Order: sequence, then C-alpha cells, then structure tokens
Amino acid sequence: MFWLLFYSFFKSLVGKDVVVELKNDLSICGTLHSVDQYLNIKLTDISVTDPEKYPHMLSVKNCFIRGSVVRYVQLPADEVDTQLLQDAARKEAMQQKQ
Amino acid sequence: MNYMPGTASLIEDIDKKHLVLLRDGRTLIGFLRSIDQFANLVLHQTVERIHVGKKYGDIPRGIFIVRGENVVLLGEIDLEKESETVLQQVSIEEILEEQRSQQQAKQEAEKAKTQALKDRGLSIPRVDMLDEY
Repeated sequence: MFWLLFYSFFKSLVGKDVVVELKNDLSICGTLHSVDQYLNIKLTDISVTDPEKYPHMLSVKNCFIRGSVVRYVQLPADEVDTQLLQDAARKEAMQQKQ
Repeated sequence: MNYMPGTASLIEDIDKKHLVLLRDGRTLIGFLRSIDQFANLVLHQTVERIHVGKKYGDIPRGIFIVRGENVVLLGEIDLEKESETVLQQVSIEEILEEQRSQQQAKQEAEKAKTQALKDRGLSIPRVDMLDEY
C-alpha cells in the first residue's frame, strides 16, 4: 500500500475548490470530488483557468485526472492546517524508519 | 481505483461519452466501455478530434484500447453543453491542412527561440515524461 498521508490529506479536502496544474501546462479549476491511492483526482464543475487555449474542454463538466500527470494542486491557504500536516508527516517518517 | 466509496473510481463513467486527452496532445472522444486499476481504457465508437483555433474535425477511429500511462485526463461530455458549442466543425481534409500550417508556424517559432538561446549560450533540456510508479 502506498504512502497514505497525502491520500488522507486530499480526502479531507473533498468538496473544496482547487486548481490542478498538469505537467502539460494545462490548469483546471474545479471542486474536489474524490481521490484515490494513486492520487488520481476527480473534479466536478470544472473550468480551464488559463486563457482558453484548450477549447476542447468546453463541453466537459466533470473530469478524472490521472495522478501521474499532476504537477501541482493549488489550495487556498485557509483550507490547510499546515501544523497538522507537519505533525502527520513527522509521524509517518518515524514509522518508516522502524 | 477500487470499489470503495469516496475513491476516484471510473466505474460510474462506464458507457458514458468521454473526452480523453492523451500525453501526445491528441484528443479522443468515445464511449467508455472498460477500465482497470492502471486507467487503461477501452473506448467505443471513438473519434479523434483535431482542434485548430475555433475549428475542429473528427476522424472516426472505431475501438481504442488506451494504455493508462498515456492518459492525461478523462472528461465526461455533457451532451447539453456539447450542443451549444461555439466551435465550427469542418471536413477532415480542411482540419488536417489547418493543423499542418499550425505545426509549421510552431516549429519556426521554436527554431527561432532555440537559436536566440543558443546565441546567448543557453539551452532548455526537454522534459522526460515517463511513468514513475
């Protein structure tokens, strides 16, 4: 089983609005619907944030993004408890050491 | 991808019309018939859609099996939104011609850029996009 830390982290953000930047430079804004162990992401009510050089997404409202093509997931700062995240990461690191 | 609630499963997307963006930049549109844990897909009545500006052209491709590592994204096509598209459909020959001129213009711009960088003693290495699992 993979590292569950970020999977759990993203699960806690389901329902929030995020912007996913892909490795092909496409940026998609949407509501986080679900995530899985591979950090594949499903977004609903999407909109392409950058100037719409990508017209093919016009008739798409929901999408599934393969985890391997994500470069960044942009989150509003107030949705993230960085202290909690740091503690969780520290704990995970300790467990991995043993 | 598994059958647990709350996970990003493609199981509910089966038999619906989808747009698939591939890593090589191609766009496929078809009915999703089958999936697996690697996001390998089977698309039925697939069409390869080429976009140039506000025009597009569809090339019928039949049944496609797409290896998951090549999938960028899978979007469910909202049939209502699709009917109100501002894009203009043209013939295959026309869109291929438009695409050819677009690629040519891009190549020339790229060539000019690399030359300008070279003149300054710089270079941009190409990104390797291999799967990392």
